[in-house]
Amino acid sequence: MGSGTGKNLNLKLKVWRQKSSKDQGHFEELDADQVSEDASFLEMLDQVNEKLVLQGKEPIVFDHDCREGICGSCGFMINGAAHGPMTETTVCQLHMRNFKDGETLVIEPWRAKAFPVMRDLMVDRSAFDRVISSGGYISVDTGNAPDANGLPIPKPDADEAFSSATCIGCGACVASCKNASAMLFVAAKVSHFALLPQGQVERNERVLNMVTQMDEEGFGSCTNTGACSASCPKGISLSNIARLNRELFVASLDQKKAAEGDGV
Amino acid sequence: MTQLDGKVPSGPVESMWEDYKFDIKLVNPANKRKHSVIVVGTGLAGASAAASLGELGYNVKAFCVHESPRRAHSVAAQGGINAAKNYKNDGDSVYRLFYDTVKGGDFRAREGNVYRLAQISAEIIDQCVAQGVPLAREYGGLLANRSFGGAQVSRTFYARGQTGQQLLLGAYSAMMRQVDKKQVELFSRREMLDVVIIDGKARGIITRNLSTGEIESHEADAVVLASGGYSNVFFLSTNAMACAVTAAWKVHKRGAYFANPCFTQIHPTCIPVSGELQSKLTLMSESLRNDGRVWVPKKKGDKRAPAQIPEDERDYYLERIYPSFGNLAPRDVASRQAKFRVDEGYGVGPTGMAVYLDFKDAIQRLGQKAIEERYGNLFEMYAKITGENPYETPMRIYPAPHYTMGGLWVDYNLMSTIPGLFVAGEANFSDHGANRLGASALMQGLADGYFVIPYTLGNYIAGTKMEKVSNTHQAFAAAKGQVQAEIQKLMNIKGTRTVDSFHKELGRIMWEHCGMSRNEKGLKEALQLIPKLREEFWSDVRIPGEANGINTELEKAGRVADFMELGELMCRDALERKESCGGHFRDEYQTPDNEALRDDVNFCHVAAWEFTGVGKTPSLHKEELKFENVKLATRSYK
Repeated sequence: MGSGTGKNLNLKLKVWRQKSSKDQGHFEELDADQVSEDASFLEMLDQVNEKLVLQGKEPIVFDHDCREGICGSCGFMINGAAHGPMTETTVCQLHMRNFKDGETLVIEPWRAKAFPVMRDLMVDRSAFDRVISSGGYISVDTGNAPDANGLPIPKPDADEAFSSATCIGCGACVASCKNASAMLFVAAKVSHFALLPQGQVERNERVLNMVTQMDEEGFGSCTNTGACSASCPKGISLSNIARLNRELFVASLDQKKAAEGDGV
Repeated sequence: MTQLDGKVPSGPVESMWEDYKFDIKLVNPANKRKHSVIVVGTGLAGASAAASLGELGYNVKAFCVHESPRRAHSVAAQGGINAAKNYKNDGDSVYRLFYDTVKGGDFRAREGNVYRLAQISAEIIDQCVAQGVPLAREYGGLLANRSFGGAQVSRTFYARGQTGQQLLLGAYSAMMRQVDKKQVELFSRREMLDVVIIDGKARGIITRNLSTGEIESHEADAVVLASGGYSNVFFLSTNAMACAVTAAWKVHKRGAYFANPCFTQIHPTCIPVSGELQSKLTLMSESLRNDGRVWVPKKKGDKRAPAQIPEDERDYYLERIYPSFGNLAPRDVASRQAKFRVDEGYGVGPTGMAVYLDFKDAIQRLGQKAIEERYGNLFEMYAKITGENPYETPMRIYPAPHYTMGGLWVDYNLMSTIPGLFVAGEANFSDHGANRLGASALMQGLADGYFVIPYTLGNYIAGTKMEKVSNTHQAFAAAKGQVQAEIQKLMNIKGTRTVDSFHKELGRIMWEHCGMSRNEKGLKEALQLIPKLREEFWSDVRIPGEANGINTELEKAGRVADFMELGELMCRDALERKESCGGHFRDEYQTPDNEALRDDVNFCHVAAWEFTGVGKTPSLHKEELKFENVKLATRSYK
């Protein structure tokens, strides 16, 4: 399609195979032959899997669903880079025309204590759900809402909140971070609400609860290397982390004042 | 055959829903916590229902096939959500949204449901904004709108090209808040494989834990099914890979009627198919037709690059044929016209199976920045997939299966023919008739979940006497046994063909014979081919590995097995409906200028099918449709 020349590639894969969370795991070498350069990376794996099944072997297991780069299901390391070599691209949107014939690709799952490997390239990211349930919402029951235009929001604020809200929760930020920190993920959600008037009431509580939960899940600390943002398929900016730190500082201060009886 | 009663309340359509809400029985707050509800699916309809029912105090168990509820395919909806706010002062109203939707659906939807949907639409926007959903805004800080196909007003709210994502994250957050409060218990990586019926009522479900392979039983006082649509019966569609008919099909096999299965939507603007190994098709939002112009060369087989084709040698066929709606003609109409052009030999691109969607004029008029602001992420996605830059060269698009208007039959309460089994969102059949208008799916999913189910389900629970049941009841054991036997049967085949090879073959049969246009000969042929393919599947499919753990081939096999049975029903329904309406276009029934020719005398009804056994002819039941507010008329967008 498109600029497609109909060219095919032959590739060598070194894929992480692991039967279960208890299994040790190992790399397996597989050939990916006659891969169309118009195929997506996942379609290349589909092709390898079809062959494995026909050989009576078990296919490579990986999470995937929408294949449009928005559901956040897919994601693994390709040659050490989360979602592979292209910027702002999930593996399902990564096309084979970006690789060279004869190349060797090392494919392995996200590595993080908080994301245990379930099988092959599939990991358990339910820690993210628990972080959201600890405070990643605005408490408004159905049916209580005032007219939507009753509260004008300056466009720049709305746009910035939107940019933070585009996080797809894939976990590339955690996988890319040497400390396996979830700061960018948490910061994106905290920023989304901190930038909007609707988010003000629960502002302090939200950041304190989410950060506490993040720590309990076993994510590491942030040392501001920026690997998270560089690997983010949605280009979530590092400035979200700066905002999270400020939010956390203010909330902690307010909490301390309240505890000392100075009021807030 | 019986006549089905849609249970639409009597009285004027304008006050029907208000009157209904006043008349229903209520469950007092202290009693709500004694009741439990199962919600299957966590897309817009499921997550909003689970959140709202949790807020009311019910004990909710929410199930999703994904590893996280936020992955449900609603997340991929791009363009927007309609609401009759009339913020633009351009003549919109509840009545006009109602009218557009009934007409857009080619007069095959239930008036009462559609009016309620239009009424609720405005509340949805309020709710989402209160949750912090960052919808697009104007410089004055107020909400922005755009237009969508089939409407002449701007009533579509949006969040760039990712409205579904933002609305879903809103509903997901609301549900996760209830998870934190222990009102909702979350079961992820679970696939529903049966419904359990006790004393004639839905009382629970059987699920397969996709991480462990365990078959589990869950009881409740009512079940809400919000498991999405079945476009993946075509294999190649815009749906996500895990979208399946399985949950809906299992309840159909237990007695819930399946309505209008042949009403499927082929979306006009998708990236064309490129090759044999393609796994899915990608939508380019209909919102692009606001600023993009659709055209083909006037000369057949013109192989020049688009930029080399001068203005007067281009056929902007939608503008030519439908001067008043132009590029914003409804989806069924736009898809059909694209197919006609390609069939006539005017198609473009390497395969000739595409038409152009051109932004040159809009970029000249508004500047590239404005276009980027509106559709930036869609343009990027197009460039990644095709390797072409749509700011410089027109997009190539072609229709692809996208949405299914058909689904489980429900009455005004959104209850199926199985008492206690409610169906919400795309999984039900109710509001879109034979063609859904753009930006109406998100509206319907959230209307059902936030604002309809919480009332109608309460009415059911308050008015129904039921015994306490536990998942040790023998009905659960029996259903579980059946599910296990079916899985064992699949595992034991150990054949020679992969699951995908069967799915692709089924998809080709469906696309060819039950796709954008259908005819008697083709449908009859498909009805011969599908049972044969199904037989081959059950004797020759190969599923490696074990059932007691993660087994993605087994998951796919179960879904394909159900698609095989559904495909047959779709063809039967399409054969039976001897008229053209909306997305259902029968070659035999068309006007001299190739528009759909309805037959209101014989087919102004919902066709609801009752399952009678695999390979057996299903029984047809009808619900007559009455149009008391919108006059039955031939649709015209000229």
